[in-house]
Amino acid sequence: MSLKRGLLWFGLGLMVLLYLLPIYVMLINSVRDASSVSLAAMWQFPSRISVEGFAEAWRMLSPNLKNSLVMVIPAAFLSSILGALNGYIFSKWRFRGSEILFALLLFGFFIPYQAILLPLVRFLQWINLYGTLPGLILTHVVYGVSVTTLIFRNFYVNIPGSIVEAATVDGAGIIEVFWRVILPLSLPAFAVALIFQFTNIWNDFLFGITVVPNPQSQPVTIALNNLSGSFSVDWNVVMAGAIVAALPTALVYLGLGKFFVRGLVSGAVKA
Amino acid sequence: MVNAHWLSRHKGFLILLPSLILTAIFIYGFIGTSFFFSLTNWRTLAVDLSLRDPMWQTYADMLAMPRFQADLRNTVVFTVLFIGLAVSVGLGLAILLDRQIAGKGFFRNTFLFPYALSFIVTGVVWRWIFNPETGINLFFNFLGINRALEAAGMNPLEPGWTTDPAVVFSVNQLLSQIWPGGMSFQIEWGIPVALIPVAIAATWQLSGFVMAMYLGGLGGISPQIRDAARIDGAGDLRLYRSVIIPMLNPITISTVIILLHVSLKIFDLVFAMSGVGPGFATDVPAIFVFEMMFKAARYNLGAAASIVMLIASSLVIVPYLVHTFKHRES
Repeated sequence: MSLKRGLLWFGLGLMVLLYLLPIYVMLINSVRDASSVSLAAMWQFPSRISVEGFAEAWRMLSPNLKNSLVMVIPAAFLSSILGALNGYIFSKWRFRGSEILFALLLFGFFIPYQAILLPLVRFLQWINLYGTLPGLILTHVVYGVSVTTLIFRNFYVNIPGSIVEAATVDGAGIIEVFWRVILPLSLPAFAVALIFQFTNIWNDFLFGITVVPNPQSQPVTIALNNLSGSFSVDWNVVMAGAIVAALPTALVYLGLGKFFVRGLVSGAVKA
Repeated sequence: MVNAHWLSRHKGFLILLPSLILTAIFIYGFIGTSFFFSLTNWRTLAVDLSLRDPMWQTYADMLAMPRFQADLRNTVVFTVLFIGLAVSVGLGLAILLDRQIAGKGFFRNTFLFPYALSFIVTGVVWRWIFNPETGINLFFNFLGINRALEAAGMNPLEPGWTTDPAVVFSVNQLLSQIWPGGMSFQIEWGIPVALIPVAIAATWQLSGFVMAMYLGGLGGISPQIRDAARIDGAGDLRLYRSVIIPMLNPITISTVIILLHVSLKIFDLVFAMSGVGPGFATDVPAIFVFEMMFKAARYNLGAAASIVMLIASSLVIVPYLVHTFKHRES
């Protein structure tokens, strides 16, 4: 019995070390000064801690961090609100064919976006939003609606229909029921959808790099990739940059992990 | 009352309408447009929307390209490596955590943490870990493995990882026996060594997700079932192999489908970690599409490759969605 426990702890300990290895690499190499960055010393503690890398990474990435924030906040909110309305209809006001419409909407979550990329870019050029953050926000809202609809629909299905019926008998209309009865109950679903969307949109790379070619207006993921691919940038700056770019979603995960897990499971199964 | 009901039904449709219109245009309309582009002569910066003659020529050209053949091979190899690794590691972690132990929450959060990061961050870090001049290769020196090898008169262990152009376990010979044209393959059909580090990085990022899915499933298995199996004399190994893992089959299927959908369109991770690789050893269709559309201005070719990607994912997703919906209605 104790041997089994020992093996269990050994296995778990080993896996934790393996999972934290990349985090360790990021942390210790981000706090070196430029002169002590070396390929041979990658795994070693720096002899002294320096914030040089972070200062430089911040200088280079802060405009793009701002772009990411300006993009992600409205995009996450708008796609969640649309998802809430859709989920409400698809769960509480089903009509003939509504299930088919839901399936057609949901399919949009699963396609490789490469298949819509060229028309999307042409369309954004046509409406003069190509290369702009509003264009990117529009893109994320449109392609985010399917998954937010799924999240809200799965949440509303578990709210008893009798609540809606009682309100309609009292004379409340479809919008009124949503506003007065459903919305106040939706806080957990909003938390899940907003976090899911925040993480997805913040971490997006494909839309950022194709819809916004101008480096000044690009989100942070694209700027980080450029930083990492540039030979003139020191390695400590790249690692500090990776931490800076990862921090917002990492903090959301550490602070609100419960909702995060719920979001990924509901986005994953039981369509 | 009936009238009010009728009205509200249509109100429901009206509320959905904005999203439905957006979906009709941005998903279905754009897919149709991409497909149309793939049939046209548009292969320079100047837009040319005349149909190619023969219409499918772009697809034929693409399939004949060694690069695209390499992309198809890489997608298959990456998918098998990545899903095999991620599902076994994820299941293993879930089983390790499927009991009362101290610090369960800490372990779960640690394993799931990489899932919250972007593929770009993962790619940037793992690129250095698998850099042949540092990272993992330093361990072979620290641990004295290389000194021992040299003492034994052998070459030191210095894998090139993502810079290694080798393709191992080539099956070209075998393929040429069952397919007459086989000897004229322009690429080696086998496992590109450079893809292995990419699959490991992807596993690091997503095995925690697999674990979370399985932990959800394990939580739903009643203690009575475990007790009953134990009373029947089943040990731990037996309990998991014959009772619990088969019960988790639906979870396994959902998980594999989600991971398939990730691996068929993998882009950012490869882009940041290794790019197209030596001899296209780590190139994937998504990078091909991106380069054709945004670097090479071969728009019809990029569109054709994107349609192939769409078909591949649809073959996985559509049956899954149909099954889920049917299951729910019954």
